[in-house]
Amino acid sequence: MGRCVIEFRIESSSGAPPYRQIVHQVRQALTLGVLVQGDQLPTVKEVVGQVTINPNTVLKAYRELEMEGLAEGRPGVGTFITRSLVGSSLAAHHKLQVDLRRWLHKARSAGLDDASIQALFESTFRSASNEEIA
Amino acid sequence: MSALVAEGLGKRYGRRWALQNCSLSIQAGAVVGLVGANGAGKSTLLHLAVGLLQPNTGRIDVLGRRPGIDADALTTVGFVAQDAPVYDSLTVADHLQLGRRTNAIWDRQLAQDRVERLGLDRRQRAGRLSGGQRSQLALTLAMAKRPELLVLDEPVASLDPLARRGFLADVVEMVAERGSTVVLSSHLIADVERICDHLIVMVEGQVAVAGPVEQLLASHKVLTGARRDVRSMPKDQLVVQERHTDRQTTVLVQADGPVLDPGWIVSEVGLEDLVLAYMTAGNAPARALRAVAS
Repeated sequence: MGRCVIEFRIESSSGAPPYRQIVHQVRQALTLGVLVQGDQLPTVKEVVGQVTINPNTVLKAYRELEMEGLAEGRPGVGTFITRSLVGSSLAAHHKLQVDLRRWLHKARSAGLDDASIQALFESTFRSASNEEIA
Repeated sequence: MSALVAEGLGKRYGRRWALQNCSLSIQAGAVVGLVGANGAGKSTLLHLAVGLLQPNTGRIDVLGRRPGIDADALTTVGFVAQDAPVYDSLTVADHLQLGRRTNAIWDRQLAQDRVERLGLDRRQRAGRLSGGQRSQLALTLAMAKRPELLVLDEPVASLDPLARRGFLADVVEMVAERGSTVVLSSHLIADVERICDHLIVMVEGQVAVAGPVEQLLASHKVLTGARRDVRSMPKDQLVVQERHTDRQTTVLVQADGPVLDPGWIVSEVGLEDLVLAYMTAGNAPARALRAVAS
């Protein structure tokens, strides 16, 4: 399995259906530049053997990626990435991460524990995305 | 196409019905998880499917033939019984030879490759293998028949987590490669959730609910609200389980349409909670519920 570019992880306890976990991990790999256009995704048999899930789950995830225009199935060959998502955004990641670390440090000095930090992030994230929609 | 069809299937041991009114249809290529308490009739159903038992009522067709009646019914059915029975005094090599001689179809290469990959010593007697190795040997024998239907009765119950994962990985790889149908009984819902796309819940010798996992999860909801009498629920919402405190009512319902009553907080249900609800409820909902197996 040396030619596999990525490996999936399936968390039984995460609550998210396994096919959605695969779609999410492919998207994540695309934004991080781990996967780029032309890469072949692991075959259904490879994924099934690695993470022990139903083959239809993998097929469903790959179909969804095709529908999103991120991948393309070539009959008898495999599923390939058709688009790279990494672009100008990756360059900005580093600076944003530095900012975020600084912010985290501030939050901890103010006495927030991990749970409070996560809660604060999530509620801010949600209200900010709501404002953008509205 | 259906790999297995049961109609009004029943099996009695003396006066006790181990299985009753069992009607099911399992489509080819499905990976079916069979769950239920001990004594719920899971093994009886599986033994009927592989012709080890004959029904008292109804009929069962497996791959278009009747197990135990049609002579060649089991040529393409693989079976691993509970506790992975192997012959203790025979070596691993003996088992492979036995398989080759007693089966019409025998994939010698597959059997040899598997034994090698699993690191089984061909000269070792089966009685001296570990539980995991015995299961893998039994699975090897079942798989080398190149079965269209593989029936596994609690195959991983006695295995450690690593051996269990390895065993199940081999089963799903076979499904991915050959599109075989698999029916496996298990108490481990987490395993069922990972590898099965269809589910059958058995309660007290009857099928309580059956269907594609996705469809079952989509059609069951947990409703929470102020305490109320659930007899006033709309007709299309079938109560599987209800719980009450002084002030609150929580119900698990089977409802294909949306729940519109604003008095309920509607949440999704996980597979484990769904199975437990049917197991706790007994057979009351089964009588009202049409099995959605397809």
